Amino acid sequence: MSALLQAHGLTRTFKMSGGLFRANRLLHAVNGVDLAIYKGDVLGIVGESGCGKSTLARMLLGLTPPSSGSVTLDGQDIHTMSRQAVARRVQPVFQDPYSSLNPRRTLASIVALPLEVHAMGNASARRVKAIDMLERVGLPARLADHTPGQLSGGQRQRVAIARALVMRPEVVICDEPTSALDVSVQAQILNLLLDLRSEFNLTYVFISHNLAVVEHIATEVAVMYLGKVVEQSPTAALFTQPRHPYTQALLASVLTPEPGLGIPETGLGLTFPDPLNPPAGCSFHPRCPQRLAQCASAIPVLGRFAEQASGRVACHLYPLLPRPLTRSVTGPTP
Amino acid sequence: MMTEEVHDRILDVENLSVDIATRHGTLHAVRQISLHVKRGETLCIVGESGCGKSMTSLAIMGLLPKTAHRAADRLTFMGENLSRASPQRVNALRGSHMAMIFQEPMTALNPAYTIGEQLMESYIHHRKSTKIQARDRAIELLGKVGIASAAERLDQYPHQLSGGLRQRVMIAMALMCGPDLLVADEPSTALDVTIQAQILRLLADLQKELGIAMVLITHDLGVVARIAHRVVVMYAGEVVEEGSAIELFSTPHHPYTRGLLRCIPVPGRTVPGGKLGLIPGTVPSLIGELEGCSFRERCEFAQPRCAETVDMRGEPAGQRWRCILEELPA
Repeated sequence: MSALLQAHGLTRTFKMSGGLFRANRLLHAVNGVDLAIYKGDVLGIVGESGCGKSTLARMLLGLTPPSSGSVTLDGQDIHTMSRQAVARRVQPVFQDPYSSLNPRRTLASIVALPLEVHAMGNASARRVKAIDMLERVGLPARLADHTPGQLSGGQRQRVAIARALVMRPEVVICDEPTSALDVSVQAQILNLLLDLRSEFNLTYVFISHNLAVVEHIATEVAVMYLGKVVEQSPTAALFTQPRHPYTQALLASVLTPEPGLGIPETGLGLTFPDPLNPPAGCSFHPRCPQRLAQCASAIPVLGRFAEQASGRVACHLYPLLPRPLTRSVTGPTP
Repeated sequence: MMTEEVHDRILDVENLSVDIATRHGTLHAVRQISLHVKRGETLCIVGESGCGKSMTSLAIMGLLPKTAHRAADRLTFMGENLSRASPQRVNALRGSHMAMIFQEPMTALNPAYTIGEQLMESYIHHRKSTKIQARDRAIELLGKVGIASAAERLDQYPHQLSGGLRQRVMIAMALMCGPDLLVADEPSTALDVTIQAQILRLLADLQKELGIAMVLITHDLGVVARIAHRVVVMYAGEVVEEGSAIELFSTPHHPYTRGLLRCIPVPGRTVPGGKLGLIPGTVPSLIGELEGCSFRERCEFAQPRCAETVDMRGEPAGQRWRCILEELPA
């Protein structure tokens, strides 16, 4: 099966002003990410602030052009496609439902806007479709002519989801969709996203810093650290047997509501790296409790480390399998 | 009856209310809540946005906005009546005997002053110390909160530190004068998960080591479970349940507490991809008078009786909850 949405060596750098007398410096927000998202998957992307999760999301949406590398949708580079052709199939849901909705438009017109942009149907048909979608995400039709200001945070996020789904996209990229919400509302939105996934046969990229939420919703998880994917596995494998020391620390930091367990010691130390001047070798090595001598100089490569392993990890603790030799290298036998 | 128990209380609050005048009428942000903390104890106040938990902490610290009005039958700190104390007296207590840590260390620190100046200010003011003594104390405390090369850090500005380090500076600042009560409002919410665990562990260790009383305000039940000795659950400005962390998490008695616990995904406990528990509906408006149980509109066990005043029930010193039901149906 070929991937629906795929990132090939995706890199994005930003020029940071160094000040009046200093040269500009380059920030590698995303640094060589390869990901494949298959139809029906929920790919969770976890990592801490500044690890490049959101920049990656914007590149997958085609909103930010990559500095190098490419994003393909069904094998076609999205930069050879029109903006609208990409938007028809890939849609976003953003974190903050307060700033992502136009406060002066009614809910029906917010949800109908993508249809309008793509010139689908006449105004009354678009409105019918928009109201139908509002009802599917759990908003009664009587709210159709309200403005976002009259809604709660959870209701706003439902509007954002309705807007994303009204074009019937194949992929929805959710960037921290529940982070701004209260826990009881978060549960409503997660349940809704899971229902819609089966109803519309959706594929999600679900970006979050909340590992418990990712474990709940994702089928596959990629862990990012300073612009790179350091581990990727099917969800159950990642949560039962995390390989990368950073993944292990992240999982250890999840505070489950179990009294008496106390607060875990992550063993990570305080030296958070400067993303403008990332450490040489493995960028995690200054904080890593299990670092080896070569970690300070050699950059680990993301790959498979055991025949039976289902995931990939970028860490010197797990020597990678040798790549199978290709036919052109072995050549014909005499 | 003044028992031993009551004497131990660093902070004792009875029937505290906070009212805020708005254009649409009086908003009852905090409605008749009672709580207390003992020396060496961590009390967590947990609830969702708008439940009045932050207003409660500001009311205790005497830091409410001017538009808010505070009233209480009892508000004593170390035996002293805070309702009667003069603003000068409250100022003297705050910073020296009671200290506060805020959620967002970037906005709570002054960007125009060095870390050292901000750390030393309250110590010089409250302890009438010299600059050199204050500097030594600042270095000592930065070391205690785990900041290496503390002496150099003193001359840095807040923007030169990471979020986790800034929050450590905030904690050090709160501890400068050796407070008896530490109030922390969402101290780890703005931080990354690994940094959050480090900061909470630091707070728990310091609390144990220094034997201070701590009131921690959070919306995160995971944080509560791991750090609290006792827990107060707030909903719509009221206390709906209180008890030890162990009791509350193993047998929640209030439908809201149980609902909250059921709607968070827990690795290893909830089924991935399964349905999470739901609390339908939304929080009632706090403007105007609320009659009866404030949760009844969203409660699956609501009965006509719930529209009348519902009192707290349970053991006076144990788990207590505000519900007409003694026992929740499974």
